[in-house]
Amino acid sequence: MALAQVRAIYDGAPSALAPVATQAARLAALGWAMIVVATVVFIAVMAILLIPLWRRRGAPHTDSPPADVNEVGWVVYGGAAVPALILAGIFVLTLVTLRASDPPSDAPHAPRPLEIQVIGHQWWWGVRYPQYDIESADEIHLPVGRVARITLMSNDVIHSFWVPQLAGKTDVIPGRVNTTWLRADTVGVWRGTCAEYCGMQHAHMALSVIAEPGGAFQQWARQSRAAATAPVERTNAGGGADLCHAMRRLSHRERNAGGRALWTRSYTFCVATHNRWRNASNVRGNVAGWIENPDRIKPGTRMPAVPLNGEQLVAVVAYLESLK
Amino acid sequence: MATGVVERVDLAALTDRLQEEWHTPRTLYGWFATVDHKEIGKRYLVTAFLFLLFGGLEAAAMRTQLARPESRLFSPEAYDQLFSMHGTTMMFWYASPVLSGFSNYLVPLLIGSRDMAFPRMNAFAYWAFLLSGLFVYASFLGGAAPHGGWFAYVPYTSVQYSPGLNMDFYALALLFLTISTTGGAVNFIVTIFKLRCPGMSVSRMPLMLWSTLTASVSMIFALPALTAALIFLELDRRFGTHFYEPTLGGSALLWQHLFWVFGHPWVYIVILPATGMASMMIPTFCRRPIVGHTYVALATVSTGIIGFGVWAHHMFATGMPELSATFFSAASMAVSIPSGMQVLAWLGTIWSARRHVFATPMLFMLGFIVLFVIGGISGVMTASVPFDLQATDSYFVVAHLHYVLVGINLFPALAAFYFWMPKMTGRMLSERLGKWNFWVLFTGVNLAFFPMHVAGLRGMPRRVYTYPAHMGWDGLNMVETIGAYVTVVGVLLFIINVVLSLRSGRRATSNPWGASSLEWSVSSPPPEYNFAVLPTVSGRDPLWEEYDSLSRPAAEHARNPAPTRIPASSELPDWRVLADGRETLDSTILDADPQGVLRLPSETLWPLGLALALTALFSALLFRSPVWTIAGTVATLAAVVGWLWPTQEFWT
Repeated sequence: MALAQVRAIYDGAPSALAPVATQAARLAALGWAMIVVATVVFIAVMAILLIPLWRRRGAPHTDSPPADVNEVGWVVYGGAAVPALILAGIFVLTLVTLRASDPPSDAPHAPRPLEIQVIGHQWWWGVRYPQYDIESADEIHLPVGRVARITLMSNDVIHSFWVPQLAGKTDVIPGRVNTTWLRADTVGVWRGTCAEYCGMQHAHMALSVIAEPGGAFQQWARQSRAAATAPVERTNAGGGADLCHAMRRLSHRERNAGGRALWTRSYTFCVATHNRWRNASNVRGNVAGWIENPDRIKPGTRMPAVPLNGEQLVAVVAYLESLK
Repeated sequence: MATGVVERVDLAALTDRLQEEWHTPRTLYGWFATVDHKEIGKRYLVTAFLFLLFGGLEAAAMRTQLARPESRLFSPEAYDQLFSMHGTTMMFWYASPVLSGFSNYLVPLLIGSRDMAFPRMNAFAYWAFLLSGLFVYASFLGGAAPHGGWFAYVPYTSVQYSPGLNMDFYALALLFLTISTTGGAVNFIVTIFKLRCPGMSVSRMPLMLWSTLTASVSMIFALPALTAALIFLELDRRFGTHFYEPTLGGSALLWQHLFWVFGHPWVYIVILPATGMASMMIPTFCRRPIVGHTYVALATVSTGIIGFGVWAHHMFATGMPELSATFFSAASMAVSIPSGMQVLAWLGTIWSARRHVFATPMLFMLGFIVLFVIGGISGVMTASVPFDLQATDSYFVVAHLHYVLVGINLFPALAAFYFWMPKMTGRMLSERLGKWNFWVLFTGVNLAFFPMHVAGLRGMPRRVYTYPAHMGWDGLNMVETIGAYVTVVGVLLFIINVVLSLRSGRRATSNPWGASSLEWSVSSPPPEYNFAVLPTVSGRDPLWEEYDSLSRPAAEHARNPAPTRIPASSELPDWRVLADGRETLDSTILDADPQGVLRLPSETLWPLGLALALTALFSALLFRSPVWTIAGTVATLAAVVGWLWPTQEFWT
């Protein structure tokens, strides 16, 4: 199954503790600092708990006389004052880290940030680059070292945008526009995911962030724009027309039957499908399998199964591959 | 009130008379009509424990699915229903009711009263709790169990994205349950304020009363937010209003605010009474009063209050202004300070113990402290906004909340079963099996939940029905699943222990642990009227007064606790006897000075009738049947009228 092959294209696990960008590195540093404090506090408390038990092991089963206890010392100093000091330290670290994760200010000589709109759908990510007039899905291309301002919108329910190695989460909420920012410091491919439960395929609502050197990014942008110029003609050219027409018809029927909201199953969708599988692997069989019966790969998906004969299927796959 | 003096109490005659007045007939009618707080408390405990098993089975099923990547055991729809019902069951039908069960059973005994202030409302609260739970579980019959998580965020739960009955089951069952919970909370507040025995002034209240009181007051203030949220949701779903519809002027975040304004105090509601029980058990096994009694009471109350100011820490990632985020971050850190005071009070008690008694409840208490500290520390970490942006909605939070809820609810509850079940059933649980129970459970829980911290930080999101392989999560998930199975074995050991105890457990004395509070002064199990002669107290640890002054060994003390020796031949004021009908004493709020005599009702079917009428009403609402909705409303009103119908005394 293709998802097992996803690993091959990512640079390591999507771990918040393996940051590849300054922003995530600050969060990880805060995390490590707190883990150290937590460990020390835990050991100290366990010592206070276990020392008396250890000291009195094997003591006779009778009661010692009542001991005088400094109640204020234990409860007020030990229980309130010492924790308050530790918490104050953590709070200061929190504020410092919070300030440092603000988007970089508009320095006069800084390059204009790359604008990216990310739109959450059940269960995929639409990605738009207004400055380049590109629409894509499920992958975000970044030029290394340039700040990308991410505008987050939802087309349906609440999602949450999370690329752990680059930054923390930001929710994607219908009726709101949230923003976050990413800056990749090195070349690489990292996994992002939806972090807010959004329905049946929440588990598979992943995306890739691909950071390339500036030149490679520009080249990618040119190619993508060229591919995007004449989508309608191209879909009419071959099997793709059948596919999209079939999908529109089915969508219509499904809407009437179930009254469900539907995606705009158009060009964007074809690109989404294409990109999803190009990321995973280039195995034609996967793409064909996805088109033939999406529900087998992503149970619950709202993409209808498209009844195509073998010849049409090959044509569609060829068309999708031609979009590369 | 009368201030006469009863000369020469004939104890045998008195108990006979009280037994006659308070006896609930052992018939089918008596079973359904009982208003005895002990019977109701036991039913709460059994029912809540059954819901714990349901929720536990759901968890075991989920862990089986997640043991390996790409598992296809459950469909996403089935998995979503499992995790939603797991959370909903555990938070609403286990964690709070199990504590209500202990409080129901124990509060009247702790305060030296013969029942709760409103016994019929108590019975009603139980029936409504049971029936609302059956109502939500009936959803499985139609394959339409709630699937939006226990948090049920809109718009996923709106009719557009969730058109089935799933979320209607959720919303209506919870509305039904809040009626029960509110009634129960009012009952505890009035009982604790007004029914304490003479001498039990506020400063002498056992700590379990403080925690039950705090939780009950918090319920009264927290539940309306949930009720409003659920009513808005149903109006949106059923009548096309748009409270939560952003395109028409509503707000998806409104639900989150309402839900968490309720939801975070709810977390304290399901842990505070358990900390109160801990403050009863730990001193018993250390043979000394708790260190810093007053501070612990203050800490309990302040946790309840600060708990209302931290809700937005569930929403740091929603894009809230930084200033708000830092405020809620600071408040969330501050709320851990009173918890720190409580922990240090227990540590100080253990440190300065006269002796350590390692009975099973004490082992569970030690485990509870360990889990509490881990859950508290990870809570402070998630209170830090930038860290939370990585941790929230990942398995790190799953780890945190399970350390908190298992550690501060389940472990104290199991300790309390070991501690108080002998009082309830008259039989001890096996210590040998109890120790196995503890170690197996403690191992299982840590194996199941500790690796989740790591999985979450390695980027594993919550609420996923499966996950890809080779993400660095495979091994952790396998360990977690093994831990979950070990936990199941631990719970099974507990059930075996209970069954064996009921069949052939050693008989319990009235005070098998040598504890200090009033419930241990009566027989195990207590008589139906609780106290033949209503007690008075002159300190915080009434049963230890003699022990403290004489420094007697606890064992001897346990065999012969002071207050059970009723001064049969001495002169007693008649308010200590009260045997003309079902009566108990009512007293002033602060000083507990006797104020009047409270007449309590006897068996009645009206509470059950009202709960059944509400079940009919909520079912009619579920199936959108106007006729049955009207019928259910009429039945509900009729049950209320029947319940409140004046007694014969009123007419004559």
